[in-house]
Amino acid sequence: MLLEASAIGKSFGQLRALDGVDLAVSAGEIHGLIGPNGSGKSTLLKCIAGAERPSHGRVLFAERDITALPPSERARAGMSIKFQITSVMPALLVYDNVLLALQAHDRLRDLIASRTRRGLDAQITETLAAFRLERRAAALAGELSHGEQQWLEIAMALATGPRLLLLDEPTAGMSLEERRVTGTLLRPIKTRCAIVIVEHDLDFIRDICDVLTVLDQGRVIASGSVADIQANASVQEVYLTRV
Amino acid sequence: MLNGGSTSHGDTMTAPGTKPAPLAGSASTAPALRRRLPLVEWAVFGAFAVLPFLLADFLTVFASRLMILALLAISFDLVYGFAGIMSFGQALFFGAAGYSVALLARDLGVSSVLVVLPAALGVGLVLSWLVSSFLLLGRHPPSVTFVALGTLTAAFAAEELARSWYYLGGQNGIPGVPQLTLGHFEFSDLAFYYLVFALFAAVYLLCRALVRSQFGLALAGIRDQEQRLGFFGYRIDTFKTIIFTIAGAIAGLAGGLYAYHEGFVWPSMMGVVLSTQIVLYCLFGGVGTLIGAVLGVIAIESATYALSEQLPTIWPVVLGIILLVVILFRPTGLIGLVVSERERTGDFGRPGPGAPRGTSSDAA
Repeated sequence: MLLEASAIGKSFGQLRALDGVDLAVSAGEIHGLIGPNGSGKSTLLKCIAGAERPSHGRVLFAERDITALPPSERARAGMSIKFQITSVMPALLVYDNVLLALQAHDRLRDLIASRTRRGLDAQITETLAAFRLERRAAALAGELSHGEQQWLEIAMALATGPRLLLLDEPTAGMSLEERRVTGTLLRPIKTRCAIVIVEHDLDFIRDICDVLTVLDQGRVIASGSVADIQANASVQEVYLTRV
Repeated sequence: MLNGGSTSHGDTMTAPGTKPAPLAGSASTAPALRRRLPLVEWAVFGAFAVLPFLLADFLTVFASRLMILALLAISFDLVYGFAGIMSFGQALFFGAAGYSVALLARDLGVSSVLVVLPAALGVGLVLSWLVSSFLLLGRHPPSVTFVALGTLTAAFAAEELARSWYYLGGQNGIPGVPQLTLGHFEFSDLAFYYLVFALFAAVYLLCRALVRSQFGLALAGIRDQEQRLGFFGYRIDTFKTIIFTIAGAIAGLAGGLYAYHEGFVWPSMMGVVLSTQIVLYCLFGGVGTLIGAVLGVIAIESATYALSEQLPTIWPVVLGIILLVVILFRPTGLIGLVVSERERTGDFGRPGPGAPRGTSSDAA
């Protein structure tokens, strides 16, 4: 297993956002996390990435216990996240945004001497082309449309060649057409790394995921293949009564 | 937003379609971003290079003071303008280094430039490293307010300490700092001016290279999205400590020079008032460009010099109002009048010269 989160609990004061959640992701898998609002999907993702420290449980990544590691060390171990809120660097060029992501693991003295920049140029162009942004390389990231910013974020999250990519609502706020394109952009990535996606859009997630885990009120209520989940009675109940 | 199409000029040159590289070496493509910052930089340094031949001696002395304060302002711009760390402690490093070299001269009789300058740099470096490990390296990223108050308190405490400590001369500070020497040579007015000029230019060039390097790009990222950068794998604390320590060393160097420029040191050299003044120089001139900080020093200090005699009582009020107006209505400062927003915030060197810019969106 690439990622094994076991018995994850997270409380915010009285609120139990997560209560004994298990999640296992194997290499090359696209794993969808679904559930109604407030079911704990984003919190789980944050606990995996290190944005939140779980109150209970532990997270193993590639057989290594990363529960107490800060985000930067998790990233260096091969984990990458795209947050729900777009967080590109608006005042920097699209090109520089990608460079920033690509050079993240370089040695300090190479960064100070700008030694890796030239070598990364081709890779930046390639990354931008893969996400249909090559024509926007010289624009400021803040000038991109919302959909383009989301793609830029995914491009940046992928740039360092992670083994696991965490995506929090990659299609939030996108038009139908943009969603469709996002789906086609994500599918080929599967050969490179495993993905965990949090999504509201069930049609979108059904199309691209191998495995689904359904959360409700901080607990896992079902986990399995897309067909299993669609047939699952308790999942239907949650979605029919609450969504 | 305008894209490549609007530049209408040479479809091969401006189509950013293929690689960002095609623009390399094509400086003649008119719509490409015209860089104005280098012009400002050349103008400022050119002027300082020839000033002693144009001005009366007492104005040359004033101009060396400008350059020393400019070094100090640059040190603040490095931490705030480039890494988003609001430091009110730059005067602390400045003043502590000033006191150190004054003590070296008074107690050990050392005034050699070969000892004084490294000592000043070293004091600034060590002190800022201590402050940064105390303020910046917590479990969670510190808030701007926390760092601002922390550095402010440190500067305030240092000033009070100097005021009440007999060994440091108390209220009167330490007078009688001699002239800098190198062997038997004494750096009198003109020699001192060019020594300061050489250091100013060297520090400026080094800082300029640093902030435009890939390291500088990482700092800009930290300034805009600190937490996000951590998730890419950047060790934010290391970056912050390095830039804070470099800035502290520069402030220390400036403080050492200032002690020799004035001939004495006094408590408010490391206090809150000077710290605030540095912040104002930078906000007035414009943060995040280095040269903006220098312009701020030149503008404020020259105006003060020229007008404080005619308007002795009202000048501080006038100055305060001018600063307020600038900060409220022109947050990019003086430099924002000269350069485009695009050049001000997003200018990092490319692998190929000029690439990948070329769209005319800076006109937008």
